[in-house]
Amino acid sequence: MTDPRHLARRYRRARLLRWCCLAAVVFALSCVMLLLFDITRKGIGGFSVQRLSLSVRFDPELLGLEGLEPRPEDLQFADFPALLSASLAALIPGAGGDGSQWTALLDDNADFLLYERLLADPRLLGTEVGFELPLSGWAERYLDEAGSKQYATLVEAELLSTLDWLVEQGLVHLRFNDTFFSAGDSRSPSSAGIHSALLGSLYTLLVCFLLSFPVGVATAIYFEEFAPSNRWITLLEININNLAAVPSIIFGLLGLAVVINFFGLPRSVPLVGGIVLALMTLPTIIIASRSAIRAVPPSVREAALALGASRMEVIGHHVVPLALPGMLTGAIIGMAQALGETAPLLLIGMVAFVVSPPTGLMDPAAVLPVQIFLWADSPERGFIELTSAAIMVLLAFLGVMNIGAVLLRRRFERRW
Amino acid sequence: MSYGIRVHSLCATALLSLLWGLSIPASARETVQIVGSSTVYPFATVVAERFGRYSKYAAPIVESTGSGGGLKLFCSGLGATTPDIVNSSRRIKLSEYQHCHKNGVGDIIEVKIGYDGIVIGSGQKGPVPSFSLTELYLALARQVPAPDGSHKLVDNPYHRWKQLNPWFPDNPIRVFGPPPTSGTRDALVELGLQEGCNSFAWILELKKSDPKRYRSSCHTVREDGSYIEAGENDNLILQKVIADPRVLGIFGFNFLQENRGRVRRVSHVQGVKDSVYPLLRGAEINGAIPTIESISDGTYPLTRPLYFYVKKAHLGIVPGLDHFVREFTSKRASGAHGYLLKRGLIPLNGAELVAVQKERRGRVKDWRALRL
Repeated sequence: MTDPRHLARRYRRARLLRWCCLAAVVFALSCVMLLLFDITRKGIGGFSVQRLSLSVRFDPELLGLEGLEPRPEDLQFADFPALLSASLAALIPGAGGDGSQWTALLDDNADFLLYERLLADPRLLGTEVGFELPLSGWAERYLDEAGSKQYATLVEAELLSTLDWLVEQGLVHLRFNDTFFSAGDSRSPSSAGIHSALLGSLYTLLVCFLLSFPVGVATAIYFEEFAPSNRWITLLEININNLAAVPSIIFGLLGLAVVINFFGLPRSVPLVGGIVLALMTLPTIIIASRSAIRAVPPSVREAALALGASRMEVIGHHVVPLALPGMLTGAIIGMAQALGETAPLLLIGMVAFVVSPPTGLMDPAAVLPVQIFLWADSPERGFIELTSAAIMVLLAFLGVMNIGAVLLRRRFERRW
Repeated sequence: MSYGIRVHSLCATALLSLLWGLSIPASARETVQIVGSSTVYPFATVVAERFGRYSKYAAPIVESTGSGGGLKLFCSGLGATTPDIVNSSRRIKLSEYQHCHKNGVGDIIEVKIGYDGIVIGSGQKGPVPSFSLTELYLALARQVPAPDGSHKLVDNPYHRWKQLNPWFPDNPIRVFGPPPTSGTRDALVELGLQEGCNSFAWILELKKSDPKRYRSSCHTVREDGSYIEAGENDNLILQKVIADPRVLGIFGFNFLQENRGRVRRVSHVQGVKDSVYPLLRGAEINGAIPTIESISDGTYPLTRPLYFYVKKAHLGIVPGLDHFVREFTSKRASGAHGYLLKRGLIPLNGAELVAVQKERRGRVKDWRALRL
């Protein structure tokens, strides 16, 4: 042992191990950085949008409306696309025809913005109103990538020259994409947003938390404080540990068979999604809560019992409060897992195209990861940006939850 | 004690929420629910969105479950927990209809909305590939007629395009395409392989004499690495095809429409010059390149009609269902200049559309009217 060569070799080996471990860390970190960099690079454009300033006169004749007090049901059938074409034709000099060829410059849903405005205030009929309307997907890409190579689907050269002219006139502005946060899903990238999906995620997680946390904590307390040690309890424990490793899609199948087919709850609603995800998070919470309870020193229990506290009081006043930070950390980690889950939701119909934001637990909704999945699969190229932007939002959401877990632990944790 | 109170209030909220969750009755739905084909999904969602925006009804919920999966859900019964409409990239099968009928979903309306084409796409370099359906079949089927001309089926011996036709480049056969769950794959098998297969008269005879062998030759895609299943994500296949000009990919027609080209604009002293560089190109099949015209007049062979089915019993009960169906079949949506055209749906010709609208208004297609 005292042979110096021997010693040198052992040090060398230790150094080698250290370098190997460091290399592993560097590799893992660089993978994460690469991913984050790629997502940020692609997604940053999703937060800004090019809009065209356009002044529109709500001409009753063009809209096919009679009188100055239209009813909402008349507006539904008013010809807003024609109004849009005419306004564009008035803006762009030398345009022949009715201007409908220029509507390709604007987002498919631009006419809807006019409709919405007039619906909100019918007295605007006959007056002139200034709008900022989103450009179409190809126009946006054309302006974004004003470099050597420019992407656009096949468009006529005339449209490109017009777009250049509009930019020269200072009519196109780069704006913060507020639609992304205020709108639901849409088939047109410029009017698609994550509002519905965010709300859906929030509702689903709420249900998931309210179901899984109390049940999980109660189960953990039973196992740690009350359960006799016999074969059945061991079997149960093994089963719970197994459940934590069951592929999540199985919980989806269970949800479909029991919650939807047997209890008759509707498809695609956050309530069902929350129930399914609660089943999935339950094992995580039980295991975390059990270790948190186990970490409470027996001396605390014994002291309380010695002072005459009942079993109930020992648990309610001492064990659970002391274990609560650990339980909540487990719950938050479980929630974060549930937040990123799509597979079980596929089966209960939450992987769906949802435009209007849900107003309650029984309204159809999608969730954030589902929204990402759907956009990643869409043929329109503008969705590539939105996909990455939504991933950034999801990562931020997850980050906030995990920081919350750390803070909770810091704030309440007791070291013995 | 504050800890104790916190625990109690937590338990109380949990209990309340549980009760709240259970007390909600399975009430009637307010929104139309649609399931089904991933091929029809892009069109159904566009109609759903516009319908939701311009009508007083909420936008229908559209799920992309595949035609088969959608029909299974659709046929599982009547009521609020089952979908109202199923999109399908093929006609309903007899077995599926019987399943429907058994569960009380006998009255269904069939609506044909237009056509879809699949394309064999290639990247931007080199000439546009061009082959016949027979060559497509020989390149992609698992079992093909022996190259020596004898009436025998052998495991596909072709591994390079040149082996199929001396005019083809000397590249390995590598085609990226969708997995068996996809409607696009169904179309590839039914419109491509089967038709190419039928060009061999003696195989066509097998259809009667030995249907099992016929199926294994005409309906089975090869699995030896020349056909590569790339998942349902078309964007992924596109990336492969662009990266390697020797590789082909199988796409729905609307994907080609969206990714036809990039425009490069170069400013000169004299002015501006535009040139179009193709990003994705559709191969010529039997001498026809895929365009809206060649698909609607039938010269491009890889096309199929698209449908949706509506539960008659849900009409008038689910709010907005009949209005949605009317919107989908309206001229402004599915007509020759409708907004679905932009999304890649190949419209029905005028007479066909009028016929569809009439049928929807009046007669309900029951099983006897479903010509299969």
